[in-house]
Amino acid sequence: MASIILDKVGKIYAGGTRAVGDVSIDIRDGEFIVLVGPSGCGKSTLLRMVAGLESISEGTVRIGDRVVNDIEPADRDIAMVFQNYALYPHMSVRQNLAYGLKNRGTPRADIDRRVADAAAILQIGPYLDRKPRALSGGQRQRVAMGRAIVREPAAFLFDEPLSNLDAKLRVTMRLEIKDLQRRLRTTSIYVTHDQLEAMTLADRLVVLNGGRIEQIGTPLDVYRRPASTFVAGFIGSPAMNLIPSRAVPNLPGTAHAGIVGIRPEDLAVDPSGPIALDVIAVEELGAQRLVHGRTNGEMLTVTMPAGDAVPDRLQLACRPGATHLFHAETGQRID
Amino acid sequence: MKRTLFRNQLLPWLLLAPQLAITFVFFLWPAAQAIRQSFLRQDAFGINTSFVGLANFRALWNSPEYLNSLQVTAVFAVLVTVLSMGFSLLLAVAVDRMIRSASVYTTLLVWPYAVAPAVAGILWWFIFNPTIGVMPYVLEMVGYDWNHISSKSDAMALVVIASAWKQISYNFLFFVAGLQSVPASLREAAAIDGAGPVRRFFDITLPLLSPTTFFLLVVNIVYAMFDTFAVIDATTEGGPAQATNIMVYKVYFDGFVGQNMGSSAAQSVVLMVIVIALTIVQFRWVEKKVAY
Repeated sequence: MASIILDKVGKIYAGGTRAVGDVSIDIRDGEFIVLVGPSGCGKSTLLRMVAGLESISEGTVRIGDRVVNDIEPADRDIAMVFQNYALYPHMSVRQNLAYGLKNRGTPRADIDRRVADAAAILQIGPYLDRKPRALSGGQRQRVAMGRAIVREPAAFLFDEPLSNLDAKLRVTMRLEIKDLQRRLRTTSIYVTHDQLEAMTLADRLVVLNGGRIEQIGTPLDVYRRPASTFVAGFIGSPAMNLIPSRAVPNLPGTAHAGIVGIRPEDLAVDPSGPIALDVIAVEELGAQRLVHGRTNGEMLTVTMPAGDAVPDRLQLACRPGATHLFHAETGQRID
Repeated sequence: MKRTLFRNQLLPWLLLAPQLAITFVFFLWPAAQAIRQSFLRQDAFGINTSFVGLANFRALWNSPEYLNSLQVTAVFAVLVTVLSMGFSLLLAVAVDRMIRSASVYTTLLVWPYAVAPAVAGILWWFIFNPTIGVMPYVLEMVGYDWNHISSKSDAMALVVIASAWKQISYNFLFFVAGLQSVPASLREAAAIDGAGPVRRFFDITLPLLSPTTFFLLVVNIVYAMFDTFAVIDATTEGGPAQATNIMVYKVYFDGFVGQNMGSSAAQSVVLMVIVIALTIVQFRWVEKKVAY
């Protein structure tokens, strides 16, 4: 149990390439933080710097009350779950779980008890004597988490742990991770590029882009008030419509903004609405449909309930107060 | 597997013929000759040949020189294997830790493999020559009087070093490839699990290298037993007092220098059996991937 404080953390590689810059995050004890961003945004590098697998070029990382910049990974009191699980293939599940405890000189009886506890929590008891290759993807995932929880560390670090699983299992494991973290109340940092995973798991989201923080906030805060066009386009599915304000001249209160953002679900058909849409394509999703079209030459997507045929031309209205205004050059929120 | 249908029955045989001919002339025919001769005994002038059954093999079993040769071969093979594999693993681990200059070192370390065994033998013979060599001079400074011409252990050390040196390149390449196939995340996971570098190597890297290690073990034993003829011939010629007379050298010496064809043939049949046994072990185990 510990807080993790990142203060102006940066990473510059030997060749001079900057991967991460000026990252400050204050992670409270027991909080579940998700670092989310597109590939190459520096989120994994940041996590590995907290783990001690990458050196810290700038700033400080504190875990609990210690600055850990120069402390070995083993002594940082953290546990990590890797994307490919990184289970030791030549050891049984039991040995995999016990390895970290054995290295720390934990008494035998203590190890057995903790392994049994972790196995019970994760329901991997029946597989304890199997080798990892005899397990399914979901079971391996559980063992990887088991290896983290037996150590009872101050923090869990997750590096895209679900990206090797199929879509259905991913949803199940997502819930399990959330539930586990809630029960154990261990401070966690979770890296993912999947915005849905980020939204559902996080107490607070950290949206990263190009090695810098775009926004920190609760999932709903970030969703409701994205701080920049990048966050607006990245969080939420289908993505928010971001169009120049001149393309929607009749929309009230948007004239002074460079870019107007409207979520597809905030638009609705209204014969007296201010936006005229020329429909290009319709995607049926079952309960609802996505209608893509053009207004004044700009692409626009609308979520509509499934139903009758879509005419070639629609009049749309925007839910009052649902517009997001951004600066044309900087992309920063201005309302 | 790609399958091709030949309309002409003759063509596939013609295509195979050169390889089959080589196998037949240089392997099957001599092997058959050796097996045949191992049951025969010739007089000193090669005029009379008589069938003697297993007498040649029985004679080997009762010959102290042959039993000595078996022992020498075992010691030699074990030493060469351990020395060359140990050194190459050390070098491979060192190169694996490098980021930028790894390819340069790899290239340099592969060079000894291009040196012919006889040349390697002569090279080490010069380095260790009691009269003009560098090493005896150095060893004398620390109070060791090196002489592989009279000392059995010195002679063994010389042929072991020369043979192992030749094989280091080969082992090194396999170990480097093997190390690269050990996922970095496993070592990172072990680091977070509190294992120091030495512990990580013995707990994680070495077990995961075991398929490579086992393959090399067999290859090195075969190398030490069969491909070191030239090294022995160029340096000690089996001496002093049979101290480096490994089986394959004894086959040559008894047969072509001693002209005892029956015994020599019987010895090569024994060697053949050993090679077949090693090959079976190799296929049985390596194909199944050892350890995990």
